[in-house]
Parts: sequence; structure tokens; C-alpha cells
Amino acid sequence: MGGDEALVEARGLRKSYGAVEAVRGIDVTVRRGEAFGFLGPNGAGKSSTMRMIAAVSPPSGGTLRVLGMDPTDDGPAIRSRLGVCPQEDTLDSELTVRENLLVYGRFFGLSRPEVARRADELLAFVQLSDRAGARVEQLSGGLKRRLTVARSLINEPEMLMLDEPTTGLDPQARHLLWDRLFRLKQQGTTLLLTTHYMDEAEQLCDRLVVIDEGVIVAEGSPAQLIRDHSSREVCELRFGADDHQGVAERIQHLGERLEVLPDRLLVYAADGEAVAQAVHEGGLTPRSTLVRRSTLEDVFLHLTGRSLAE
Amino acid sequence: MAGRVESATAGLVWRQLDHWRVRWRRTWRGSAVTTFVLPVLYLLAMGVGLGAYVDEGGPQASLGGVNYLDFIAPGLLATSVMQTAVGASTWPVLGAIKWDKTYFAMIASPLRPRDVLLGNLAFVAARLLMTAAVFWLVLLLFGVVALPWALLAIPAGVLIGMAHATPLFALSARLERETGFMLIYRIGVVPMFLFSGAFFPVSQLPDPLQWLTQLLPLFHGVELVRALTLGRPDLLVDVGHVAYLLLWCVVGLALADRSLARRLGG
Amino acid sequence: MAAPAVRPPLGRFAAQHLVERNYLVYRRDWVVFVTGFLEPLLYLLSIGLGIQQLVDDFVLPDGTRISYTEFVAPAMLAASAMNGSLFDATFGVFFKLKYEKVYDAVLATPLRPVDVAVGELVWSLLRAAIYAAAFVAFMALLGLAESWWALLGPLAAVVIGYAFAGAGMALTTWMRSWQDFDFITLAVLPMFLFSATFFPLDRYPDAAQWLVQLTPLYHGVVLCRGLTTGAIGLEMLVAVGYLAVMGTIGLAVACRRLGALLLR
Repeated sequence: MGGDEALVEARGLRKSYGAVEAVRGIDVTVRRGEAFGFLGPNGAGKSSTMRMIAAVSPPSGGTLRVLGMDPTDDGPAIRSRLGVCPQEDTLDSELTVRENLLVYGRFFGLSRPEVARRADELLAFVQLSDRAGARVEQLSGGLKRRLTVARSLINEPEMLMLDEPTTGLDPQARHLLWDRLFRLKQQGTTLLLTTHYMDEAEQLCDRLVVIDEGVIVAEGSPAQLIRDHSSREVCELRFGADDHQGVAERIQHLGERLEVLPDRLLVYAADGEAVAQAVHEGGLTPRSTLVRRSTLEDVFLHLTGRSLAE
Repeated sequence: MAGRVESATAGLVWRQLDHWRVRWRRTWRGSAVTTFVLPVLYLLAMGVGLGAYVDEGGPQASLGGVNYLDFIAPGLLATSVMQTAVGASTWPVLGAIKWDKTYFAMIASPLRPRDVLLGNLAFVAARLLMTAAVFWLVLLLFGVVALPWALLAIPAGVLIGMAHATPLFALSARLERETGFMLIYRIGVVPMFLFSGAFFPVSQLPDPLQWLTQLLPLFHGVELVRALTLGRPDLLVDVGHVAYLLLWCVVGLALADRSLARRLGG
Repeated sequence: MAAPAVRPPLGRFAAQHLVERNYLVYRRDWVVFVTGFLEPLLYLLSIGLGIQQLVDDFVLPDGTRISYTEFVAPAMLAASAMNGSLFDATFGVFFKLKYEKVYDAVLATPLRPVDVAVGELVWSLLRAAIYAAAFVAFMALLGLAESWWALLGPLAAVVIGYAFAGAGMALTTWMRSWQDFDFITLAVLPMFLFSATFFPLDRYPDAAQWLVQLTPLYHGVVLCRGLTTGAIGLEMLVAVGYLAVMGTIGLAVACRRLGALLLR
């Protein structure tokens, strides 16, 4: 990893909007060069935390240092070295694709020739060069997101912040975006992202925190979190509509842990196949049986008792 | 068969009643205040304030021998319904196509583009009726209506409004970008407002401008309403005005029907 | 990674970049820009061709005789400066604030709320000055502005625009929906009609005269009418002071409120 320099240091960070406490005292350290993720369901406080780090939302409590500066006092200086890709695209629909980059770059005090050069490079990087003259409203959701990413890179930021970068995109658009973010990481850009997608967190993050109702419930690398908070494998069983609770009691002893979801039972065990076999031998015939490796979804379920999709 | 299709159309238009009723309930308060206050202000400033200068040497012959207030009051009613029609058939139409996509939600139900058009125009007509009726009450307050003919100024107001609303609806349904409205307003609405005989007799304009003005539906609307509020209708002339305004309504409706079907179907 | 090549634009005129953005948008919509000259000219024409024929000349307090069009033209100059800057500062800013989210993106850069407010203001005043210059030229062409003082017309438009843009932007930060803009119409139209625009102040009842003199557009009209008729007086200084204070208060409030709205 690229050294131990902390780009973000939060201690007891809080944010409230009136009576609503969105972030309730979190500690986070993001080091230069790593890809760091906030994983959690909608409304967990991820976006509020991101906005505070991006120096556009004053913290309600605790301490926060970004790039060694205080966001409340040094907002412009911090923002000049960050790239921000917000959850909702804030592209300028009155401008063309390329003009969006030109105008935005000028906001960072870059010279016109410099901005023009970078705009062309970035359009190539996100594969939008052939759409340079198009109006933003003509772009699909995936293309808009790619443009937003390109825009957030116009100032060659030391840290790129992405809030739910692939929400609402089709699978192809997601994979293309993941590939671009992976390349940036290779080039040494620090990535800070929020997501409620497990696969995204596993694909992109070196380290992540699981955040729920404004507090951090776990921290580590994806593999470490799975190791610490779940079994190696999971056996998913589907039975007829209403008898899940009854079946659950009969097969409780087969695994380390069991979760009852509305549409299926999850049995956590080191050997999932063995569980499946034992279920059949016990005279039960599930409609479907699936054995898979544990994912972050299981970690989240274990830690909060809720599934992320809820 | 034809009868059944028609009654189906009526039924489908009727089904939109609640949609428009909810919209109306959300917005009528603000527009009612503006609808009432603006005519009062205009009549005070132009009719009473400026009128004092115009009438200094007694009523002028070029104004038909009436006070300036009597002269511009019907003109203001006509221009006011025209402006209501413009407001109701430009931004909201493009909005329902482009931003809110309300029309697309509507045609995903059994409604067809034509039903949507007629439902929307019925709503516009209701708004025009309110504008014309409120304005008429203000005229009554200022004592510038000669009954009973003046009562007809209210339906005349709705007719004038529809003569503008239908072609503008067609135009709005074809527009890609909202900047077009800026041009419609600056090149169309403002000159019509100023030069259609509401504030001064068209006869004062140079000849070519006079001819141009007489092609505008608003000119005929102003003349019609003026004849009615002054209580001096001339049957032949005023039926002519009505027929010309109706022509605009019919052609506008046909164009709007085609435009909307193409926009929602494509 | 290479050392950051970005210089924070602090201490420079950061708002200029927002002006550039607006210029870029407008360059493509040049038809809109050009037709913007039209509206006040049409009003002037309709008054010259129409109402002037119905009304006798006016006599100013200093005894000069002027035609009705000469009397109304400077009021149109002031009113169009008011309308133009209010349009930008209210509808324009509201659209970018609530729908386009332009400012959310801008504030993710080193720019601050004050840069946003000043940028929009400067852009709006540039336009006001250009439109006013064209209007004054047109007046001169029609023989409606005989005094050399009329050359200061664009400057007067900037002062008027400053007052209304500042106040308009401040009010816009409280707007909840497009319907709230009816209140702006309800405030602007009486001013347009009754600020000694279409007939002189002494025509009003005494109490109403006081009320008229309190309105900002009245002072704008005083300023413009003094310049185009060449009847320069101390009341013009009062007008400039009034408008400058109004704009400055508006701008200060707008900056604070924009900061509170965007940096939550």
C-alpha cells in the first residue's frame, strides 16, 4: 500500500439534521492509495458522511481532518484536491458533454488549454469521445454516470469519492465503470466509495466499514469480514410458502447458525453440501437447494439481523 | 358505429376529471388572486391614471367617442384571456411530455392521445372561463359593462382563449426545447398584446401593420368583446369575428391532434 | 502520482468562472439573447405609434416640454432593467438550484456560495448593461434622448439591476415551488404600473405619492428619466444610494442563505 499517510481521519464524527441523527459518532481512517468503502443500506448515514468529508456539509460533532485540513475552515483548499461523483448526477444539462468538462475544470482554476487537453483525455478514458458534442439530456443513465466520473477527475484529484457509483446502471455499464475505477486505483488514486451492493464492495474495496443506523458495526477487508462474521459456506433452502418456521426448528442443529428469510432459509456451515445432504436424509424435500460461498450480504445479515435489500 | 366511438371518446375524456380536479385544487388559489388583482391594477393604472390624460379634452372620436377606461377595459379582458391561454398551453404541455411525462403515464391506460388532448383542453377552457368571469366582475366593479350584451363577453373570452390555446398546444407538442417559448413570447405574444387594438385604435398604425394586425385572432377578439361590453353589437360584423375565431380553434385543434399523436406515438 | 497541478483559485475573482459558464450556454442560444432587445423596443413603439397620439405633451417641473413617449421611454429603460435582472435572479437561480442542481456541482469545487451569488449577479448585470445600451441607442435614433447624460443609461441599468437581482436572489432562497413566483408577479406588476412610469407622481393622491416613493422602481425611473431628459437633480443621488443599499443587503442575505441551503 502507498504509505501510511491518512487522507481522512474522523473521530466521533456526528451529523444531525434537526432532530434526526444521521451519523452517530463514527471513527474512520482512510490511507493514501487504498480503496475504502462504506457498506450499508439506504439511509444508514453513508451519504451524510461522504458530504462531510467532501467539505460541503459541516459536521455536527466530533473531529474530522481531510488531507490534513479542517473542512469547516479550509473547504475550498480541500475541494480543490478531491474528485466528487455524487449519487444523483449533477451534470449541467444546458451544456454539451465536452463543455461540462471544460466549465467544471475552470472552476478549479485550471487554464483553458490545460482543461481542453484533460477533457479530451478523460473522454477517451470513459469511452465518450464520440459523444463529445452531444447534449447531456440525450445520454443514457450509464453514459451520464461515466461523464460524471470523468468530470470528477478533471482536477487530477488525490482522492476520488463515489457515492453509490453503479446504482441504477445495467450490468454492462456497471462492469465498464468497475474496470475504469480499478484502473484508477492501479494508478494510485485513493478511492472512497459508498455502496449497498456486496459484489461491488468485494470487487473494489481493499478495506471497508459496515455502517448501519449511523454507527459502524464492523471493519476490515472483505475476506476478513467474511471470515470473522460468517461461515465458509451457506446452504440456501426454499420450501413451500408457509412452513419455513416449522422446518427451521427441525434443521436448526445442522449448521453453525440459521437465518429465516421471507422466501428462504439460510444455513451457515463450513460444508454446505453436507447440510444439504442431511436435510434430504431427514426426510425433507426443499423445492430448491443452493450451496454457495459466504458473501458480505451474509456478514451484514449476521451483524444487523436485516438483509441489505430491505 | 360512429356514435359508439364518439361516446367512448367522451367517456375517456371524462375519466380524466379527477386528474385535472386535483391539479386545479393545488393551484387555483394563487391564480385566483393574480386573476383578480392584475385586472384591477391594469384598469387603475391605464384606464384611470393614464385615462385622465387621454380624456382631458373630452372623449375622443378615434376611440369611438367613449372614455379611455371604457375603451381599454374590453381590450384588457381579451388580452388577459389570451395570456392565460398562452400560459396554459405552453410550459405545462411540454412539461407533461418532457419532464413529468404525465401524458405517457396517461396513454399507458386506456386513454388515447386524442382523449388526453381533449381532457387537457377542457381544463384550459375551465381556466379561461374563470379568468374571463373574474375579469368581467372587475369590469362590473369599474362600471364599464353595458348589460345585457356584456354578459356575452364571458363566453367570447373563452372563445378567444381557445383560438390561441389550440394552435399553441400544437406548437408546444412539437417543441424539443423550452427556449422556443421565449421566442413565442417575444416574437408572438408581446407584439400581439401591444398592437391588437387593446390600448389604441389599430387605425393609427401604418397600413401594412394594420393588415397584419387584422389577420391576428386577438384583434377580432378585442373588437368582439368591445362591441359587447359597450352594448353596441353589429350582428354581421360580430358574427364575422366569431366565425374567424372559431376557424382558428378548429384548425388549431386539428393540428394539435396530429402533433400530440405523433409526439406520444413516436 | 504527480504533485497536484491545481492552484486553488482563492484570492482571485473566482466568480468569473460561473460567468463563463453562463456565457457558454448563451452563445448557443444567441436567438434568445438577440430577441431580448425586442420587448422594451416594442413597448416603446406601441407607445409612440399609439398612446402618444391620444395624449398631449408633458411639462416637466423645470418647464421643459416633452412628448409622452419621451416621458415613458426612460421608465421602460428602468423597468426592463428590473425585469431582466429579476428574471435571472429568481426563475434562473431557482431552476439551477432546485432542478438542475448546477450549484451542487459547483460547490464540489473550490468555489464558495459567495462566488455563486456574485457570479450570477455579474452575469445578469452584464446583460442588463448591453440591453440598456441598445435601448438608449434606439432612443437616440428616434430623437427621444437629446441629452449627453443619456450615455450613462447603461450604468443606471446596472445600478437598478443590482438592486433587483440582489433582492430577487435573496427571496428565491425561500421559494418552495414555481407557484411561489406568483408573489413576485404580484409585487412587480404594481411597481411597473405605478412607479411614475406611465404618468407623473403628482397625479397620485398624497398618501399614494408616499407609497410610490418608497418603491425601488420609482427610484430607478427617477434616475433614468433624469439622464435621458437631462434634468439632473439631487434626487438622482438619493436614488443611486437607495438602489445600492437594497442590492447590497439582498446580496448579503442571498450569500448566507445559499450557503445554508447548499452546505447542509
